[in-house]
Amino acid sequence: MIPAAFDYERADSAEQALALLGEHGDEAKLLAGGHSLIPLMKYRLANPAVVIDIGRLNDLSYINDGGDHLAIGALTRHRDIEIDDLVGSQTPLLAAATSQVGDPQVRHRGTIGGAIAHGDPASDLPAALLALRATMVITGQDGAREVSADDFFTGFLETALGDTDLLTEIRVPKVPDAGWSFQKFNRRAQDWAIVGAAVLVNNGSTGVGLVNMDSKPVRSAAVEAAVSGGATASDAAAVAAEGVEPPADLNASVEYRQHLARVLVRRGLEEAGRA
Amino acid sequence: MQVNVNVNGDGQSHDVEPRTLLVHYLRDACGLTGTNVGCDSSSCGACTVHFNGEAVKSCTMLAVQADGEAVTTIEGLAPSETELHPMQQAFHECHALQCGYCTPGMVMAAVSLLDEVPNPSEHDVREGLEGNLCRCTGYHNIVKAVLSAAGGDA
Ligand SMILES: Cc1cc2nc3c(=O)[nH]c(=O)nc-3n(C[C@H](O)[C@H](O)[C@H](O)COP(=O)(O)OP(=O)(O)OC[C@H]3O[C@@H](n4cnc5c(N)ncnc54)[C@H](O)[C@@H]3O)c2cc1C
Ligand code: FES
Ligand code: FES
Repeated sequence: MIPAAFDYERADSAEQALALLGEHGDEAKLLAGGHSLIPLMKYRLANPAVVIDIGRLNDLSYINDGGDHLAIGALTRHRDIEIDDLVGSQTPLLAAATSQVGDPQVRHRGTIGGAIAHGDPASDLPAALLALRATMVITGQDGAREVSADDFFTGFLETALGDTDLLTEIRVPKVPDAGWSFQKFNRRAQDWAIVGAAVLVNNGSTGVGLVNMDSKPVRSAAVEAAVSGGATASDAAAVAAEGVEPPADLNASVEYRQHLARVLVRRGLEEAGRA
Repeated sequence: MQVNVNVNGDGQSHDVEPRTLLVHYLRDACGLTGTNVGCDSSSCGACTVHFNGEAVKSCTMLAVQADGEAVTTIEGLAPSETELHPMQQAFHECHALQCGYCTPGMVMAAVSLLDEVPNPSEHDVREGLEGNLCRCTGYHNIVKAVLSAAGGDA
């Protein structure tokens, strides 16, 4: 399988990437690690006329201490996040979720920005970033804006990114003392989650992000409300399938996903609560 | 477009379409057919090579993404014509292959794993090779070979 033909452009800086996006608009697709886009192009589910390679924007590959948050460049690869000391000590939930992405080969190439910009409800990272209350920095043709994770994911494979926008940075609040848990259920090694749950308990406030439980990455408002109303882990987890509409596919029916969400959220709340 | 890649220490330069996958660049343009295509859908790891020293699936990269960079394939691993790389030797000694189709990718992934985790546990090896499928061996002897190459008891 090979992709359909396209014109190839390489950007050597964020400015150049933005200029190329401005020139080609919705004809073009950005290529970061390529581990979502290239498979889609091989299956001919994506046929961009122009591919703008941003994979070598090393100025957008970094993990910096931003005071109350970690600032992570959009082109930072999964592997670099997984093993980073700052991420491990300040937002261990993100390190854990990242270490669950695919396999080592995938993590050597895929980037955090690509995983988020893709907007896939089955991806592990959006759920963790939702639970962590991260914000995304989007640089458009007229400058940068910050969008909360809640507002970033807008639909199935749809995000707040416009056709000529570049995701440049992910800001993740530091939560060194928080309780956390990342629960992923899949049938085979390297697979995507059939259902997953990211749980963060920080200073009495609880964040719960769900993987593959709706058409977009979501937080479970029902569980979060139950926990803040004083419910036990198992009582709160009982509402994990409320307010969301999980898909049915080869791997799982709707009912099975609802069941998995309740089980995984309970395990997640229990594990996070023990910290 | 002209794509220059350092492959196994040799400068390769070929005019290819931008949509050419790295694995086809290696096999068809460079004539290095040791790297296999198994699934062609990023799952099996048969196409694993080292890109700037790290294991990657060459069916999920474009050749243009490797322009100006370094790739090592299974052909570039052994120190000489008559000697095997320690990982290849360990696969040989532990009988870690049957049909051999997964072996080039398996060996490349295993070498990359030991670079990152020099003294792995059996669990580390199984997790570290989760991107590589083998239809024949049941993995047991592959894990044994990697542990033996790492110097642990197998
Ligand atoms: C075999 C396999 C298994 C996988 N398993 C998992 C898994 O278990 N869990 C999981 O979460 N993920 C998994 N993934 C996906 C992996 O995480 C990808 O790395 C990730 O989804 C995409 O990142 P990328 O850098 O490769 O993006 P690309 O494929 O390069 O891009 C993805 C999309 O985002 C856009 N984009 C990329 N960067 C930017 C940017 N900076 N600004 C704006 N738009 C941008 C692109 O235009 C494209 O539309 C798997 C992938 C493979 C191939
Ligand atoms: S051929 Fe590349 S992963 Fe199977
Ligand atoms: S030895 Fe046959 S696939 Fe692994």
